[in-house]
Order: sequence, then structure tokens, then C-alpha cells
Amino acid sequence: MSTRVVIDPVTRIEGHLRIELLTDGRKITEAWSETTQFKGIELVLKDRDPRDAWAFAQRICGVCTVVHAIASVRAVEDAVAYPIPKQADLIRNLVLGSQIVQDHVIHFYHLQALDFVNVVNAAKADPTKAATAAAALEPRYALNSGPRFTAVKEQLAKVLASGQLGIFSNGYWSHPDYRLTPELDLMGVSHYLDALTWQRSMIRINTLFGGKNPHPNFLVGGMASPINLDNEITINQVKLDKIQAMITEAVAFVEDVFLPDVVAILGAYADYATIGRSSPNVLALGKAGYNGPGHPRNSGLTPGLLLDGNLADVVDFDPAHIEEYVTSGWYSYRDGDDKGLAPWDGETTPRYTGPKPPYTWLADDPRYTFSKAPRYDGRAVQVGPMARVLMAYAQKDAETLDVLTPILRRLQLQPGQLNSTAGRILGRAVEAVLLARQLQSWFDEFTRGIRAGDVTTFNPDRWEPSTWPASSKGVGFAEVARGMLSHWVRIQDGTVANYQAVVPSTWNGGGRALAQRGPYEEALSGGHPLVDPAAPLEALRTLHSFDPCQSCGIHVLDATGRELAWAKVQ
Amino acid sequence: MIVPDGEVWVTGEESLAEHLLRRGISRRAFLAFCSSMAAVLSAGPLAAGDAEAAVSAASIAEGLGSLTRPALVWLQLQECTGCMESVLRSGDTTVEDLILNLVSLDYNELLMAAAGSAADAALAAANQRDHILVVNGSVPLAEGGIYTTIAGRTAEQVLLESAAKATAVFAVGACAHWGCVQASHPNPTGAVGVDQVVTDRPVVNVAGCPPIGEVITASLVYTLSRGAPPPTDAQGRPLFAYGQRIHDVCPRRARFDAGQLVQHFDDDAARDGHCLYEVGCRGPETFSPCPIVQWNLHTDWPIGVGHPCIGCTEVQFYDRFTPFYDVLPKVGVAGLSVEGDAETIGMIGLGVVGAGVAAHAVASTIWGRRAVKAAERVRLPLLGDVPTRSVPPAAPATDEEPQP
Repeated sequence: MSTRVVIDPVTRIEGHLRIELLTDGRKITEAWSETTQFKGIELVLKDRDPRDAWAFAQRICGVCTVVHAIASVRAVEDAVAYPIPKQADLIRNLVLGSQIVQDHVIHFYHLQALDFVNVVNAAKADPTKAATAAAALEPRYALNSGPRFTAVKEQLAKVLASGQLGIFSNGYWSHPDYRLTPELDLMGVSHYLDALTWQRSMIRINTLFGGKNPHPNFLVGGMASPINLDNEITINQVKLDKIQAMITEAVAFVEDVFLPDVVAILGAYADYATIGRSSPNVLALGKAGYNGPGHPRNSGLTPGLLLDGNLADVVDFDPAHIEEYVTSGWYSYRDGDDKGLAPWDGETTPRYTGPKPPYTWLADDPRYTFSKAPRYDGRAVQVGPMARVLMAYAQKDAETLDVLTPILRRLQLQPGQLNSTAGRILGRAVEAVLLARQLQSWFDEFTRGIRAGDVTTFNPDRWEPSTWPASSKGVGFAEVARGMLSHWVRIQDGTVANYQAVVPSTWNGGGRALAQRGPYEEALSGGHPLVDPAAPLEALRTLHSFDPCQSCGIHVLDATGRELAWAKVQ
Repeated sequence: MIVPDGEVWVTGEESLAEHLLRRGISRRAFLAFCSSMAAVLSAGPLAAGDAEAAVSAASIAEGLGSLTRPALVWLQLQECTGCMESVLRSGDTTVEDLILNLVSLDYNELLMAAAGSAADAALAAANQRDHILVVNGSVPLAEGGIYTTIAGRTAEQVLLESAAKATAVFAVGACAHWGCVQASHPNPTGAVGVDQVVTDRPVVNVAGCPPIGEVITASLVYTLSRGAPPPTDAQGRPLFAYGQRIHDVCPRRARFDAGQLVQHFDDDAARDGHCLYEVGCRGPETFSPCPIVQWNLHTDWPIGVGHPCIGCTEVQFYDRFTPFYDVLPKVGVAGLSVEGDAETIGMIGLGVVGAGVAAHAVASTIWGRRAVKAAERVRLPLLGDVPTRSVPPAAPATDEEPQP
């Protein structure tokens, strides 16, 4: 006898996600991933100045607040053949890279950790013992101290004693599958607070180049942060020194705390390397932080796919194989809903067929989500840190192997087991270390350039739309926090004729198509544990391992039902 | 942090002031915190002339010292979570201060541990009690509200249920204020701001896409410490943050007055930090504390770095202010200098209808009057299901460390 379980809202994510499950009492048998928010930003972009598009597209998401802006300026620059200065490239890398490192840390401590760290249990810890254990684990981290842990414990105990639990209200603290010792739990809570302080500081790399975060500023043709070592408000030595300090603190925290914490916590949940296995195909265009115009080049890896769990063969990436399906989405296609359409030929006519709110169950209908379902050559694929780390492993990338290999050995994991709940979490932490180190390399290149006299951050040659072709199209690809992102733009007579974003959280969080579940659904179906339907802790662990970002799962929306046919513009 | 590494102050047992003294937090440290809050709260110059709005470290200290932890419901409707991320960046009152020391954050989807029915039960329970309501996100009204649902209910239903017993309503961010990017032409989902749905009481609009984190938290601390939300302009924006036109306090203003204008990005003028008016700056039309409070621990701000302001604290900026890189439109008054244009446009931004170069003082007077009216309108009792205790003001400030 199947029991229906609904998780709505899925909390500690960006956006609005609903999960519907069937269980047999102890295990999940079926799952449906349901995006229940829609904004229609791509339609708002129509007829706008392409140089403004980044500021609209950026507001797709305020968590990964950099990524859509960068993909947008890259797509426009690709369309109108607009080269940008090398220093502007490096600034974009620094802004995107620092945002991804920050995003990964926030995701783990503030969105994922409470699935594994029991805050009620932490209040029972012996702070001195906790400090000793933490110092053994992370000897370089000064805040692993008895006084610090004592203070955190007292603070926590007071909150719990007050009866006003705030964000901890109704948590699953008595669930039998919380496994850490009180001391490790206390360390986790302490680092939750430390990570808040850390992220506020290191994210200022965004501020110094983009003026603010969230939603820093970008510019088609370069970056609007001029370099002049002899001026007090431009990029000068004071600001360069600040950026160096922030990179140093970024590297230190992810090396000394984040990665060791993840390894220690996953060590207590080792079976999650066999739980949450999802679609056996992964797609990665390069290393985290890659961003560029047109077909990916110099991305650190050969852009490609690993199919059916085979790590021996890297299949070359061909964007022509990307198609989106609406068989599970609230849309219709002009020539029939059963076929897929490439982004360039995409059309989006919303057709909500779900029940009138308030509703209790969506999955009886084949259509149940506002997300389309992207497929690569007909296959559901996973994107994200795990996909990138696995791809780097398959390509024998030395920097990745250097960090990954000892951890796999310590956790007794095979590389193929990275396709799991634990593997996706681990991939994020490994990647944070690699990317933080890459920030230093990019910054060194940037400052070497300045010393050599290269202070150009903007190319004025193609700024005026009068210099553009009458009709053009472009694509920008980026490997961002949650995976492979692409923005596709058509420009006609200096305005946006059409705009399409194909984003990580539709790849991972889309619904069924071609008789395959989407990756969230696949990870939860077919025997995933769930002992207490009222406290779906195990399912949240696996869902959070994807780092859902559902606002990104938007598409062109035309409430009047008017069709948007890309092919016609061509 | 106000209470570094310390135990939390517990509702009902003692006032915050008593708690801090017992904890060994010096009166000086507490006042230093209050001074940093006062610096944020005083960013709007018009506040200075308004007795109600005058903010001093002492008044904050007095208010905070007598508080208990009120309940907060923080909804996220049709939005991008950038506003919550901005709260995570706030450095004066940090998010950990807020949720562990100052309020009981009983519902917030980004941060709360519980999910699904357990989260929904927490919301239902919080909705039954008096609480402060903070809203991020717009309310999509088209097609019966299907474009954002939470736990099977539309954003509109969720908002109305939480507004019913709210003692104060804060619409935080451009989405909650007026709908933001999704409400821009052609507004495909019929997105509107909170005050289009919650119409039976005033809504404080903390404007911006997103607002500065410190401004969001200061809006709440202001309310907690004074027992009423801050006085606002006619759009509902708190005067302490939105009383000042960027152009009037911009560090590059002297360059504007001297006619030293950037003509294209990264030109010699840009590298010398000149004014960004000619490359599209919306500072002359935009009321925002960016130049004063700045972003991310007072590190920098958009114009400071070299990108023109896009005017994100203003209603309909995606339609009214685009294309962003076009110079501000001339307003058709013959004989105006560039300066005149900017001033006139500023008046339009204020909602002062009529051509001509009005003296800024006139507008300020009008604005000030509206502000006072708004302040009267939004006066509300304080908050929370735990009675607020009134304690005598703490002893006069001394620098002595209390004995724990």
C-alpha cells in the first residue's frame, strides 16, 4: 500500500519547490519534482536594449547573483562579436569565482548542514572535548577553541530553553537518524556561525569590482571598474591589497574548515555514498568559474559528457544536442508536445492544467511543474560540482586528483560513487578548495598585467548598436555554482528579439521526459530511505545535495498565450 | 556583534539592558553598537528636523534595553532570495544577532530547519499570534495566482493569512515594494507589491533591488527599539534611509558641478573618478542611502566603483529608467543647464509635479510634511506575544565594566 507524502515548502533552498512522493512505509518508491513559481523574466527582456539585459537576467536569482549577469553579457558579446579586454575577463573571473566559493560555503553550512547536524544535541556537548576533537581535525583553525565552543553552547542552550526556537522550531531533532556526537554537532553549529562572518567579508571582492552584492554591476564590453593606481577611488593599491586579503581568507576557510568539516560529517553518514544515486550521465563544460562567449574554449577541461557511468570515455559536447521537453510541464508546443525543441527553436506557451489552489496533490496529472525538462541527446543528465569534479577526474586533471584522491581513499569511496547524495556534497567542498586557489592564480595574473601597464577594462569599439549587424544571435556558457548555465539571445535592430536561459536547476530539477525521471526525481525514487513521512529528513538530505535554486528554473512566459517562435527571427 | 560569543538573552527573564550588564557587556560596548545603528538610521537628512525621526544612540539604547524577543514571520513570495542574501551580508546588526538575540524568527523558508508540513505548522502557529511580518517578493495575481504557490496556496493567500495578526508589515525589496523585474512590461504574471494586497494598514517599503542589508536590519531594529515603525515618505520608504537623493550627496558631485563628465567607460575621465551622468547615471532621480551607508561592511557602492546608478530603489525603474546607459532625458524646460535638468528630474522623482527648477528646499518641505503624516499613520503598538516590559532607563553611561 503506497502512502502519499508531500514536502512543500522544501525549505533551505532558493525559490519554491514542492516534492510529492509515494512510500511503502520505509522507502520512497516514486518522486515528482514540482517547481511552483514562475516570473517570466525572459519575456520582460523582449525589445530591451541588449546592453541592459544583464540587469534583468541577473534578477532571475539573488543567491547565485552573479551568474546570470555574466552569462547575459557573454551572450550579447558573442552575438555582436564584441571582444573584451583581458583584464575585464579576469575581473569577471574573480567576481564569479568568489561568488561560487561563497555560495558553496553558504549552501553547506546554512542550507544543508542542519540535515546532518542536530542543534539540540549540540547543546549537550562538552565544549572542551569538542575543542580537542576539532583541533585534531582542523589544527590551523583558531576558532576551534574551548572558550568559543563554550560560548556557542551557552547561546544555543539559552535559545532552546527560552521556548522561542525561531528557525529551529519544529525541526526533526528527535529523528533517530541524526548520528553525530554532541561534540561534532557543536562544532557544526559553531562553524555555522563562523561561516556567516566569513562570507560577509570575502564576498567584498564582488563589491570592489561590482559595487555591491547581492546583484553587483556588469557591463557589456568589459567591466565598469577602471584601474588607476594613482587615483583614490579607482582600482588602486588599497583595493588590490583588500582583494588579496579576501582571497587569503577565502582559501584559508575552505581548506582549513569547510573541506575537513564535510569529510568528517560524511564519515558518519557513509551510507549516503550509496543513497541518492541519480541519472548516470553528467555534463560539464569546464571547471567551476568558467565563463565565456560562444562555444566553450579554454575552460580548463575538454567540454563533454560522461554517459551511463562510464568514466573512461569523455563524449564531446555539442550544443545542438540540447533539447527541452514539456511533457511534464505546464506548457504546450505548436507542433505537438511530445517532441523536444532546441533553445534556438524553443517556444513557450504556458498552459496551466493543475488544480485550482489551494490544492493537495499534483502528480495524478502527467503535467505537474513550471520547469521544462532539458535532455542531452535524449538523456537526462546531471550538472553541478559533482559533474565537474567527476569530469576532471576522468580527464586526470592533476589539481583535482591532488585534492580528491586522498579523500576518496579516506572515505573508502570509488569515483563512481560520487554520483550520490554524499558525492554531490563532497564535490562542492572539493571544488571550493580548487576554485579558491584559482582565485589566487587569476588575481596574480591580473596584478602582473597591471604592473606591465595593462589597465584597460572596457572596449568602446562595439558599444554603439549602430556598429552591430542588423540581425545576430549569441550564446554565453558558464560553469556556475549549481552547474552548466547557458543564455541564448537574438538581437534584431539593436534590441532583444528573443532571450532564453537554460539553467542548472532545470537540468537537475526538471520533471519527466522521454520516459525518464529528472535527476531530483531519479535520486529519490526506487528505494530511497524515508522512515518517518512527517519528518522527511532523509529526502531533504538528498534534495539539498543538489543545491536547488528553483527561481532559476524560469522560461519565457507569455500570459496571453502568444507563441514565441525563435526560428522565425533567424 | 552586539553579544560576541555570548549566551542569548531570553524572553521574559530580563530586559536586554539587564541581560547585557549581567553578561559583562560594558555599557560602552552596547552604546558603540547603538552608535553604529544610529549612523545607519541617520542617513536620511530629513530625519534630523523631525522630532519623531530624530535618532540618537541614546534613544536606540533606551528602546533596545527594554525589549523582549518579539516574533517575526518572514515570507518569501515571488522573488529571487537576493533580499535574504542581503540580510546575510548585514554587518552592524547581523543575521545571527537578529535571529538569536533580537527576535524569534518563527518562519523563514531560507533559514528554517523544518520543511513541508512541519514548516507549514510553524507558520500556522506564528500566524495565530501577534508578530511582525516581513515580506520579500511580489504577489502574482494573474490567472488566480497560480504563478507562485507555497504548500498548495497562492502567494496572495499566504500573505493575507500572515498579515491578519501582524502588528507591523515590512515589504522588503523592490519585488515586495512594487513588483520589480517581473512586474515590468508586460508584467506576464500580474505581479504587484504587498501594499496592493494588504490594504487595510500601512506597509513600510524598504526599497531596493535588493536593499542594503544594514538598512533592512536597521528598519527592524528601529521598530523594536521605538515601538513603532520608522516614519516614511509617501511611498512608504523609511526616511532614515530614503530621504536623500544620491545626486545631492554623491562624492562625484563636485565633478558634475565642474562639468567633469565621463564620456565612455574606462576613458581618462573614468580613470580619474569623474561624474557618470553622461553614461546614464540615475543618481539624480534616485533616493537611496547607497553613498552614505554603502555596501558590504561599508566597502564600496556602485557609483563609487564606476558603474552608473540604475535607480533600483525607485518604482518601475526597469521601465522608467531604461535604456540604463542613455543619459537622463531632458525634461523640456528651455534654458536649463545640465544641472537644472538633473535638479528638475530629481523633483519628478520625488513626485513633485510641475515644470521648472523648484528649489530643493521647497521639495524638502513638502517631503517633510508628507513624512510627518506618514509617521502618524504608521504608529502601531509593539509586537510579540510576550508583554513588553518597561524598565527605567539604564544608569547613566559609565565606562566601568560590570562585575559578572
